[in-house]
Amino acid sequence: MTAAAGAFRVVEPADVAAATAAHAGEPGSRYLGGGTDLLVNLRRGLGTPALLIDLRGIAELDGLACMAGGARIGAGVTLARIAADPEFRARYPALCEAAAAVAGPAHRNVATVAGNLCLDTRCIYYNQSEWWRGANAYCLKYRGDVCHVAPQGRHCHAAFCGDLAPALLVLGASIEVAGRAGRRRMPLAELYRDDGLAHLTLAADELLVAAELPADPPPSAYAKLRVRGSVDFPLAGVAVALRAEEGRLSILRVALTGTNSRPFLLDGTDNLLGRPLDATVLRHLDRLVQKQVHPMRTTLLQSNYRRVAAAALARHLAARLAATPEAAR
Amino acid sequence: MHQDQRPPSRKRLVRLCLNGRWREDAVPDHLLLVNYLRETVGLTGTKTGCDGGECGACMVLVDSVPMPACITLAVRCEGRSIETIEGLSSGGSLHRLQRAFHEQLGTQCGFCTPGMIMSAAALLRRNARPTDGEIREALAGNLCRCTGYVKIVESVRAAVDDAP
Ligand SMILES: Cc1cc2nc3c(=O)[nH]c(=O)nc-3n(C[C@H](O)[C@H](O)[C@H](O)COP(=O)(O)OP(=O)(O)OC[C@H]3O[C@@H](n4cnc5c(N)ncnc54)[C@H](O)[C@@H]3O)c2cc1C
Ligand code: SF4
Ligand code: FES
Ligand code: FES
Repeated sequence: MTAAAGAFRVVEPADVAAATAAHAGEPGSRYLGGGTDLLVNLRRGLGTPALLIDLRGIAELDGLACMAGGARIGAGVTLARIAADPEFRARYPALCEAAAAVAGPAHRNVATVAGNLCLDTRCIYYNQSEWWRGANAYCLKYRGDVCHVAPQGRHCHAAFCGDLAPALLVLGASIEVAGRAGRRRMPLAELYRDDGLAHLTLAADELLVAAELPADPPPSAYAKLRVRGSVDFPLAGVAVALRAEEGRLSILRVALTGTNSRPFLLDGTDNLLGRPLDATVLRHLDRLVQKQVHPMRTTLLQSNYRRVAAAALARHLAARLAATPEAAR
Repeated sequence: MHQDQRPPSRKRLVRLCLNGRWREDAVPDHLLLVNYLRETVGLTGTKTGCDGGECGACMVLVDSVPMPACITLAVRCEGRSIETIEGLSSGGSLHRLQRAFHEQLGTQCGFCTPGMIMSAAALLRRNARPTDGEIREALAGNLCRCTGYVKIVESVRAAVDDAP
């Protein structure tokens, strides 16, 4: 028999207030989107919540709107829906390319935007069966007291591997969050911190309501390194947004996933503005990426390969975008 | 498997349409659809090939959309139509996909086959004349350790050409 996912109850609140109230009544409970990450982890014994709060019936989380003033993406919108939306594909291509590159087609039919943004961090010593982890004395991230990747330290280096976050970061996304204490907005970057054990800054009872994007985005693109072209998490994922005026860079934003415990916007790209995207600038960009990614041995692939590949992806995407007519104006 | 000390979760009645027939069962909240199908109902055509939604052996159709049954909760199927490999043949004759997989050697050990066929069935329902690229894309979440995939794509192609 397939391992059960634990012995939790499931509730289906009708609105956001009822969802956060359900959480208050059962503090260890977890929000459930498509379940394509959470149910896998629960099946492997990673967590034993008593209650799952199914967000699928909440109409407010299901809106997807591209308006003159910007776009609003409900937390519960599925990746298949966003990948296929013609307006989003035209305006925010990096987001749609990233959504289309998540998992397999069946997963994308139920996987949600919020589930992707709140994806647990990953490591070869963590994403394993209970039996496997038990035989290996568990690890710091769950039930153990040593990190097998960096045994000297007391830090977990599990990598954040969601594909959507870097795309939303270069597009300037902010998020709306709701909890018992009320609602708040913040830049998407503030959702994350570089800690494999606790990579989200949300309070336990807080849930994502929506992501918002500014209008008039620069041209953008997303690419990821993976072992198989079909179903695989990014070993390094890169999003770039770029604009050039009279041949000189006026916007250059690069964001990465799969290499650190949080997705992040590359620092220092502003210093390259005002220059043409030539070989020298690409070399600088390469160096910036290689300096700021910190891939550890959390995957079967060598860390240094992931570092070099992340930089190469950034260069390729930037060069490709700069060559498109949309990038110039 | 992790041993949980808590009491089992409550059961509730779930009504769903399985291979064209409505039925109702009392299931615990945490029951996975694959276990519901295999243990509660006794339909073992849907396979379990991995422990994490990775292989597609458990693929079934939920309202005509393919979904790995091993990461779907049975209680989330309330009011929905579920189709498994057992529902494809009718009146003792094989579905054209089943026939094609048999004739074109699209199946070897057979473990991935029910999932492959369910993903392919969903594709043919929304796109009667898919290209080879579209066939590969639709089967991207189904892994096979035996055939090397070439014979699988050829089988789906043969089923397309065999359309009435
Ligand atoms: C075989 C396989 C391959 C995969 N490949 C990829 C890949 O290539 N790239 C990738 O990015 N992902 C991949 N995934 C992971 C997953 O499918 C996606 O990240 C998906 O988008 C998760 O969304 P979900 O709605 O299913 O999340 P869920 O599993 O429902 O939830 C994930 C986490 O988010 C939390 N959560 C859900 N909704 C909210 C909310 N509104 N507010 C706050 N927290 C919330 C949950 O509590 C949970 O901790 C893969 C999964 C599988 C099984
Ligand atoms: S990085 Fe270390 S602590 Fe974190 S999941 Fe991997 S082995 Fe465990
Ligand atoms: S058993 Fe469901 S995907 Fe492998
Ligand atoms: S035929 Fe053996 S796994 Fe596909």
